Amino acid sequence: MRELTADDLGDLARGAAILGTGGGGDPYIGRLLAQAALDKYGPVPLTALDELPDDAEVLPVAMMGAPTVALEKLPSIEQVGNAVRALGEYRGKAATHIACIEAGGINSLTPVVAAAQLGLPLIDADGMGRAFPELQMVLPTLIGVQATPTSITDEKGNHQIVAAIDNHWAERLARSATVDMGCSTMVSLYGMTGSEARASLVDGTVSLCVELGRLVTSARNGTAPADAVAARLDGRRVFDGKVVDVARRTEQGFARGEAIIEGLDHDAQSRLTIAFQNENLIARRDGVAVATVPDLICVLDRDTGEAITTETLRYGHRVTVLVAPADPRWHTSDGLALAGPQAFGYELEQ
Amino acid sequence: MHIGIDVGGTNTDAVLMSGSQVLAAVKTSTTDDITSGIVSALEELQRKRGFEPADVRAVMIGTTHFINALVEARRLAPTAALRLGLPATTSLPPMTDWPDRLVQAIRGRHYLCHGGHEFDGRHIAELDEHEVRRAAADMAEHGVRSVAISSVFSPVNAEFEERAAELLQAELPGIAVSLSHEIGRIGLLERENATIINASLRELATHIVDGLARSVAKAGIQAPLYLSQNDGTLMDVDFARRYPVATFASGPTNSMRGAALLSGLETCAVVDIGGTTSDIGILQRGFPREATTEVSVADIRTNFRMPDVLSIGIGGGSKVRREPQEVTIGPDSVGSALTQRALVFGGDTLTATDIAVAAGRANVGDASLVAHLDKELIHAALTRIAADVADLVERMHTTAAPLPLVAVGGGSILLPEQIAGCDGVHRPDHYAVANAVGAAIAQVGGEVDRVFPTPPGQRESVLDAAKQEAVERAVAAGATPGSVSVVECEEVPLPYLPGNAARIRVRAVGDLSLED
Repeated sequence: MRELTADDLGDLARGAAILGTGGGGDPYIGRLLAQAALDKYGPVPLTALDELPDDAEVLPVAMMGAPTVALEKLPSIEQVGNAVRALGEYRGKAATHIACIEAGGINSLTPVVAAAQLGLPLIDADGMGRAFPELQMVLPTLIGVQATPTSITDEKGNHQIVAAIDNHWAERLARSATVDMGCSTMVSLYGMTGSEARASLVDGTVSLCVELGRLVTSARNGTAPADAVAARLDGRRVFDGKVVDVARRTEQGFARGEAIIEGLDHDAQSRLTIAFQNENLIARRDGVAVATVPDLICVLDRDTGEAITTETLRYGHRVTVLVAPADPRWHTSDGLALAGPQAFGYELEQ
Repeated sequence: MHIGIDVGGTNTDAVLMSGSQVLAAVKTSTTDDITSGIVSALEELQRKRGFEPADVRAVMIGTTHFINALVEARRLAPTAALRLGLPATTSLPPMTDWPDRLVQAIRGRHYLCHGGHEFDGRHIAELDEHEVRRAAADMAEHGVRSVAISSVFSPVNAEFEERAAELLQAELPGIAVSLSHEIGRIGLLERENATIINASLRELATHIVDGLARSVAKAGIQAPLYLSQNDGTLMDVDFARRYPVATFASGPTNSMRGAALLSGLETCAVVDIGGTTSDIGILQRGFPREATTEVSVADIRTNFRMPDVLSIGIGGGSKVRREPQEVTIGPDSVGSALTQRALVFGGDTLTATDIAVAAGRANVGDASLVAHLDKELIHAALTRIAADVADLVERMHTTAAPLPLVAVGGGSILLPEQIAGCDGVHRPDHYAVANAVGAAIAQVGGEVDRVFPTPPGQRESVLDAAKQEAVERAVAAGATPGSVSVVECEEVPLPYLPGNAARIRVRAVGDLSLED
């Protein structure tokens, strides 16, 4: 796959929702924005990670703020591009490539908007190989790439640069700027060189998302989409069942909770419980853990194969649960410290 | 006494009610002009049970006419959308993601102007009156007759929408103006879409509402006329002229609320089985559970509050086929040709109704014409219908406890007395006219849905103020003050906002005062 066109966006969003493992939220506004950007500026070339020159200037871009606000004060194409431009100016080197920091929800699509508007290629990769809820939970952190300096832009043309001593301060300062700017901002962060990108990003994520999206839409006529998706992710189908209970609570801005799925067919007599914090974190079959974060726990609609986010999961949903391995770097001791079960407050049981 | 009328695509049903008791019920055909069908329904009601027109205190009408007009893209007014939000929102202008067919049907034009608010009430930009006037001049030039005005965060502060409306009305006397903060909630595109749809239906609404009023007056009834809204509460005719979009979901809502009244069950599953489809919804304390996801109407995404309804293609007219492996029911149906094509009416098509008659569950047409059907086929078909309905009910449950199932609509004869996973199947009297009964439930409501600052320690007083405002709105809509209660209160804290803020939605409902 050499370029991304408007026809790919539906599949990209669909596939990113699978890698989003329940998080990332509704990508609707992101998809419309990417659609508008491609209509206006044409297709976006994709650059494979191994083709990236060492001295490439790679700037990822993402949305920050309250999703509810973005549904009302709609972000603009220029706002996304401005974040990249502003960070490039501060760093004294304009971006040569755009990168995606997480696969899932609106942030799988904001990089497409930036790339189209700035006429830059998008790197066929992302910073996680999935979605995670916190800013520092990206693979570039493991090789010492800093989130800061970070640029923050609003839709009026304002921008601010946060140059912080660490990621904690970056998050804190960026949050208050985001509030002043009306709670729906675009940020460019984790600026890195081509060699750093090659060493830390997950290869092929963008085209993988499009491919997964296609598998879901094309497999609907006949074969089970979940099997096709599991095979592509080197994962396995761990459970088929019906959601019988979803308990949710909001803690520190995160949607935490647990879903209970009662087995159907070959899984009858068994129960799978999934604990989530925005994303699905741990799956236990009859009390025994079958998968834990950082591995991917994907809940798909049993009939259509579409990913189901944790906020739309409800009683009666017939689902297929897949488990797929995370990028191996997440399984190193540094990786697990950053985004393993303990990072989410679980004492486990590996 | 009062009268409830349901104007569906095929039938117009009417009921004469005294309190919650059905005195008489009739079913007639819907006519193209709507009004003559209502006139004949009222005449028939009069024949069935004589009443003094002067004793009728209110007439309530539920109609699917407006949503059908949108779906069929007919009789829509040339409409413009004016959005106040510059410099924000430029990339996704009004009517983004609409089907071209509908943009053309309303000859849709759009204008982006400065204005709008931030989530906390700050202005994004000041309103530029010259800019609005220039838009008005362009609308005049292009024959626009109805305008939808939206402004970013207008559910938090509506000042710009209201000022822009004044300006447009001054420039374009007689133009119909629809304001987004009166129609939808947070979610600019969805609220704006609903407002544009409303604007495009304004002329049709005036025409239809006037016709309804005439047909009721023709029957000698002087009582006030009301229309059913999406949530089952009523609106008066002046409101209906301005907000036709508020009737969109009244069909399923009325059938569910009618089922509740007829069965005496307030929390239950309801299945409405018509000629072609079965719709299933859940009633909670007398009101339909609402869909939590965005609802598309005619392929346009909106955030109407619609009842959460699932449908399957099983109805009284569904074709029944014997396949080598199994018996299938629908999804194709003989529809309104049931009385010509079903076997019991001398036709040549095996339908679900024929199965019900052969099984002795219904007594329509000529039972001897289905006496030859073999028992195994009848049993297989009925089992299939019951299993499909049970499956659908189970999908709609949000708890593991079984709910009673109330079956209404003409096709409800297809269901057995018990269905797996349900706490009994209830088929109340007058099940075939549940829609009209639902329309006749005389309640009115008031709603508040905004982002409120909730400083620490003041959460309770903010909630109380929001509840009070919803109650006041219900009273303003015609509710008897003592009868109003808060039926829904939802508080969603907004993450990442400083000083705490929450989106609070409160709905209050009370009995319509039916004074002498």
